[in-house]
Amino acid sequence: MALLEVKGLRASYGPTRVLHGIDFAIDEGSITAVLGANGAGKTTTLRALCGMVKTEGDVRFGGARIDGRLTEDIVRLGIAHVPDGRGTFVNLTTEENLRLGAYTRKDRAAVESDLERVFTYFPRLKERLRQQAGTLSGGEQQMLAVSRALMLRPKLLLLDEPSFGLAPLLVRELFEIMRTVNRRERVSILLVEQNAAMALALANRAYLIETGRVVLSGAAAEIKRDDAVRRSYLGY
Amino acid sequence: MDAFIHQVLSGLATGGIYASLALALVMIYQVTHLVNFAQGEMAMFSTYAAWSLINAGMGYWPAFLLTVLLAFALGVVIERVVIRPVENAPVLAIVVIFIALLVILNSATGWIYSYTIKTFPSPFPKEPLFGNTYVSSHELGAIGVTLVVLALIYVFFRFTPLGLAMRAVAQNPESSRLVGIRVGWMLALGWGLAAAVGAVAGMMIAPIVYLDPNMMGGILLYAFAAALLGGIDSPGGAVVGGFAVGVLENVLGAYVIGNDLKLSVALGLIIGVLLVRPSGFFGKVHVTRV
Amino acid sequence: MTRRASIGVAVLIAIACVLPFVVSNYRTFQLTLVLVYAIALLGLNILTGYNGQISLGHGAFYAIGAYSAAVLMDRLGAPYWATIPAAGAVCLVAGFLFGLPALRLEGLYLALATFALGVSMPQLLKYHHLEKWTGGVQGIVIAKPEPPAFLREAGLQMNPDQWLYFFALAVAAMMFVLGWNLLRGRVGRALIAIRDQHIAAEAMGINNALYKSLAFGVSAMYTGVAGALGAIAVQYVAPDSFTIFLSLVFLVGIVVGGLASISGALYGALFIQFVPNVADEISKAAPWAIFGLFLIGFVYLMPSGVAGAVRMLLVRLMRKGAK
Repeated sequence: MALLEVKGLRASYGPTRVLHGIDFAIDEGSITAVLGANGAGKTTTLRALCGMVKTEGDVRFGGARIDGRLTEDIVRLGIAHVPDGRGTFVNLTTEENLRLGAYTRKDRAAVESDLERVFTYFPRLKERLRQQAGTLSGGEQQMLAVSRALMLRPKLLLLDEPSFGLAPLLVRELFEIMRTVNRRERVSILLVEQNAAMALALANRAYLIETGRVVLSGAAAEIKRDDAVRRSYLGY
Repeated sequence: MDAFIHQVLSGLATGGIYASLALALVMIYQVTHLVNFAQGEMAMFSTYAAWSLINAGMGYWPAFLLTVLLAFALGVVIERVVIRPVENAPVLAIVVIFIALLVILNSATGWIYSYTIKTFPSPFPKEPLFGNTYVSSHELGAIGVTLVVLALIYVFFRFTPLGLAMRAVAQNPESSRLVGIRVGWMLALGWGLAAAVGAVAGMMIAPIVYLDPNMMGGILLYAFAAALLGGIDSPGGAVVGGFAVGVLENVLGAYVIGNDLKLSVALGLIIGVLLVRPSGFFGKVHVTRV
Repeated sequence: MTRRASIGVAVLIAIACVLPFVVSNYRTFQLTLVLVYAIALLGLNILTGYNGQISLGHGAFYAIGAYSAAVLMDRLGAPYWATIPAAGAVCLVAGFLFGLPALRLEGLYLALATFALGVSMPQLLKYHHLEKWTGGVQGIVIAKPEPPAFLREAGLQMNPDQWLYFFALAVAAMMFVLGWNLLRGRVGRALIAIRDQHIAAEAMGINNALYKSLAFGVSAMYTGVAGALGAIAVQYVAPDSFTIFLSLVFLVGIVVGGLASISGALYGALFIQFVPNVADEISKAAPWAIFGLFLIGFVYLMPSGVAGAVRMLLVRLMRKGAK
């Protein structure tokens, strides 16, 4: 049984239908990339999974249906979402942001050890603990956003354009950490990315979305190798 | 000079009450972006409940605590039952619901308790402290109680996980959901706390202005002025604004415009702030997205 | 107006003209007040219903109109009928002036500012430096107008209450015709456009600021005229008649009667005049408890008020008739 199964996902912003029936599945422990041009519906897909937009369709997480449920209830099932724009609480401190990530957890000691582990991934955050999150640099805020998501100890991590606005070196660092988190902590990752090359290097599987539909899917390695696909769909 | 000191200290006492009510208004505004027109009536209703408890034989402080708890429950119930369904309705519908709440609480109180004015006891001694001529023991006590309540609220928001969650919801409801915060219940909690704080304010002012269903009308106006002056989304600002308005009211009333027109001070402040500096002294300037 | 509607209005006016001769004097007085409130509610509706600017302080304009009439009659000896246009003019200016700064306030903030106006009005009226004119806490007593001489000469016997009723009816008819013309034409459409899509309205060339201030002025004028008429009918003005609850009762009137509706003003006026009469028997608090419950009920169940419900009913009946 796949960790996440999506069948016929439709989503609308008000009267405008943006997703026209998306099907895909994520296996536990995998890293999946969702690729596509601007406006194709990638971000909407992630938001639909979390119940942040009006959705129809069948979405199952660990076998249980989550479509139609409140965002906060979906999150409590173990799905952490790092939205585009990062969603940082800009007027709270770095530490407060991180602790909010663990808001729903009851295991105090484990939360503290998770905090320490986050600092090993992103030591810069430890230096900025008492600083107001809004004053952090773009890269640091991205690290904070990912860390906050990790503080949930999620089973599934949704990342929306994590490379956006980051210097290439930072992107590589971030993706390395993602690989480590996936391997060491068995966190499944669903990654929406415009930077197709980096995403395909990290992912096991990839889906390509165009105007609200899945047009291509397969193993990341194969898609990476396929010159025709790369040139016509991914632009490189 | 003596009289001036008396006006200032008296002003601080009533200012503390305006500060509490203004804080309640700000707490609700921060999480819901709504102005609770019924805040005064909620406080008044709670004060009457305290009166009933005391009249039934309960000691002052036990009645005080029980009233605070009951007020909290009232606030939660109102938010869940009356406000929740119209959260996303057009502004006019929301205002109408608030007004309905106001008049229902007002008339329910009149119905249950009649409109005859009642006295409300003060827990503080009748003799002024050290026999001073500047401020009564109740006024001093009211300032003290107000400061304790404000301190507790501050500690709650700054140092508890629930307080942190509420601050998060006030700033960014969407991100709050993404960390699993049940935003709906946070709103209810905000209303409950606001109602509780309002109840304390009511019980502190009632000995001074006497218990009457219409006692909070003018006070609510001062609280609005204070909240706007300090910044409708700034709790600290509301507190400073409250004390400032209290002192201003007394000083202007005694020396400049006469006691007759004191409410007009509030009116002037409200309109003035809304026109000149709508975000108040400590609030954030909001850019309205088109 | 359709032929059917014209007949309806004619019938209504005919009934209205006959009523004072078949009911008691007290009932006639109550009906006069219904007309007064209808004018006030139409005023509030122009601002809040059609133009979307929420006012919780219209009682203040009613008070200004009432006091204008009282001062003119009692202190300056003016005839009662002259006070009506005078009160209207005063309130038109007052409303327009209040409307100018109000341009900067939206939704809840405007409601807040007008609420403050409504709450502080009685204290302003009691201000002792103005006592010479306003009569302070005691207020001013006004003489009851007598039916004009020409009626007696024409052989029509009428007591003062009945005359006052017909006077109010005439004023109300004029105000309603004026309002109807304003609202169904370009002005009405502009007001509604500003209410629903104010950015688009501005883009289409409507001068939002001008229309919104004018709406305030006209709305205040209507309410001021109603205030003057009301003062003459009640023969008395005093500060405590004009508390915030007056402003709130107007709100009840337009919500129950029907927002953005002319007939709604009449339904609302009937409601706010007669409900307290009946409810007062139960308890002093009952009228407002009922008002509050009706407010909630109408917001949830009948957002277009009685007028909206009547419209739907008529549509359904006419559809059946057509079959």
